[in-house]
Amino acid sequence: MHFSLNKKAALISFVATVVCVVISFYGSRKLQNFDPALIAYLFGTLFALFGGIYRYCVWLQRPPTWLYFKRTWQLVFNGRFFVHAWTLITDAIKNLLFQQFIYPRGKKRWIAHFMLASGCMAAFAITIPLTLGWINFTLDPSTALDPGMTKLYNANFFGFKVMSFQLGSALAFFIFHALTWCSWLVIAGAVIFLVRRLTNAGLIASQTFEGDLLPLILLIIISVTGLGLNFSYAFMKGIAYDFMSVTHAISVILFLVWIPFGKFFHIIQRPAQIGAHIYRREGEKKGMAVCPHTGKEFTSQLHVDDLKRVTRELGFDFTLEDGSSHLDYSPEGKRSLLAKAHLKARQENGKLFG
Amino acid sequence: MEVTAYKTDMEFFVDMQRCIGCKACEMACAECETNGHESMIHVNYVERAVTIQTTVQVCMHCDNPVCARVCPADAISKDDFGVVHTANTARCIGCSNCVMACPFGVPIKEEKYDMMMKCNMCYDRTSAGKKPMCATVCPSQVLFYGTREEISRMRPNSTPVNTFLFGAEIVTTKVNIMMPKGSTHLRIH
Repeated sequence: MHFSLNKKAALISFVATVVCVVISFYGSRKLQNFDPALIAYLFGTLFALFGGIYRYCVWLQRPPTWLYFKRTWQLVFNGRFFVHAWTLITDAIKNLLFQQFIYPRGKKRWIAHFMLASGCMAAFAITIPLTLGWINFTLDPSTALDPGMTKLYNANFFGFKVMSFQLGSALAFFIFHALTWCSWLVIAGAVIFLVRRLTNAGLIASQTFEGDLLPLILLIIISVTGLGLNFSYAFMKGIAYDFMSVTHAISVILFLVWIPFGKFFHIIQRPAQIGAHIYRREGEKKGMAVCPHTGKEFTSQLHVDDLKRVTRELGFDFTLEDGSSHLDYSPEGKRSLLAKAHLKARQENGKLFG
Repeated sequence: MEVTAYKTDMEFFVDMQRCIGCKACEMACAECETNGHESMIHVNYVERAVTIQTTVQVCMHCDNPVCARVCPADAISKDDFGVVHTANTARCIGCSNCVMACPFGVPIKEEKYDMMMKCNMCYDRTSAGKKPMCATVCPSQVLFYGTREEISRMRPNSTPVNTFLFGAEIVTTKVNIMMPKGSTHLRIH
């Protein structure tokens, strides 16, 4: 396989990784709040950050992707900023947080995806700041020494106290087991998807092991071993803890390293859908293209013009003799033109069938 | 997708002039498992004001698929058999670039799913050595899936053509259109 380093992408991702390291160094108060037990996860996270940004930058450099990226921000910052900002927020809640677009594809699919995505996103939100030393927990000094006092625990962000809670309280139980709840959500979602992938004939025909099944298996391994860690010290007197922690670390690091290359990259790609929505809405306001064959509007003129430019950049040339383009026609118009050309060829031959 | 019984000697041959607009192919297409039971084949009137002639369109599976090249999300891929697959559901962002750029007008933007879907030559069937659903039900044999020998026996006065001229662009495809004997290409404009 041919590989060539994309210098622009490498530079951006290197700078971003260095910035993250600097923020983490000072955010963890010069590593005071950094947990050395998480060192392997730290390197996995930094690699995922570097790789994720590298691939994102390479991806953005593709002509159609760059066009959408550029147009979206042009439209957002071209007047009516607050309207677009509102759209961005509501679309992000609907499509990223709740993945509303999956619901019409199947109720069960949506439930499974919602559980999987919520579990993963919550786990990211907890573990990444913990790994980088941005978040740490400390026993409140004022309650620590007096044996008669209810112990207070502080949660600190970048070393600053953001909240405190009583040890042994329901809130403490909820917070300390946050990753357990995430694991259950991920296991439930991944198992539903795995069953679907093993029983749906269409998926069986078109899926690949490394592209579709392995990501689910990996997520299940991560979640089961993560739960195992909790169960080991809570119910099993620490039996198999070492095995669980090593298996968990290996599977999580594999997951992190794989984010930029495999199926998990769709998590990073998905926000582009919001850009596509803004592009469509704003394009329609600017004016619609009318198909010369059907006489009907079919997409925005902006879309047609942009596609002409992108296809030319990609080496296609649909320009017609009269200076117009094949891309000026709607999908229905194009199908009809093909049929008419076919009829003409048959007529010129003198036989409609052969 | 790795283990497959795809028959490389079988090809798709289309002859639109034979279309009678019965839409049996549409019903059959909806049986395809890889489409999630959505019909992906197109049957439409060519020019309703002057004729009742209909035409049918399956994905032509271009050698250099424009749909895949204009996709900003890398959602469309072509496999080793030359089959251009429908959008990867995890990646497609529903932008419709493929819908508008396809020279044959094939991909469909399913608004309810916010996703593009298209014919993938019934990959659940063709990868198991069977014929695509539409080709099994077409009563006038507009859609035929078989070997070159079979089609030349059935249509001795026609030649399969897979080169199409769209203005300055030459598009070659996996799927053939049956043209008058000796034809080498079909000029659209």
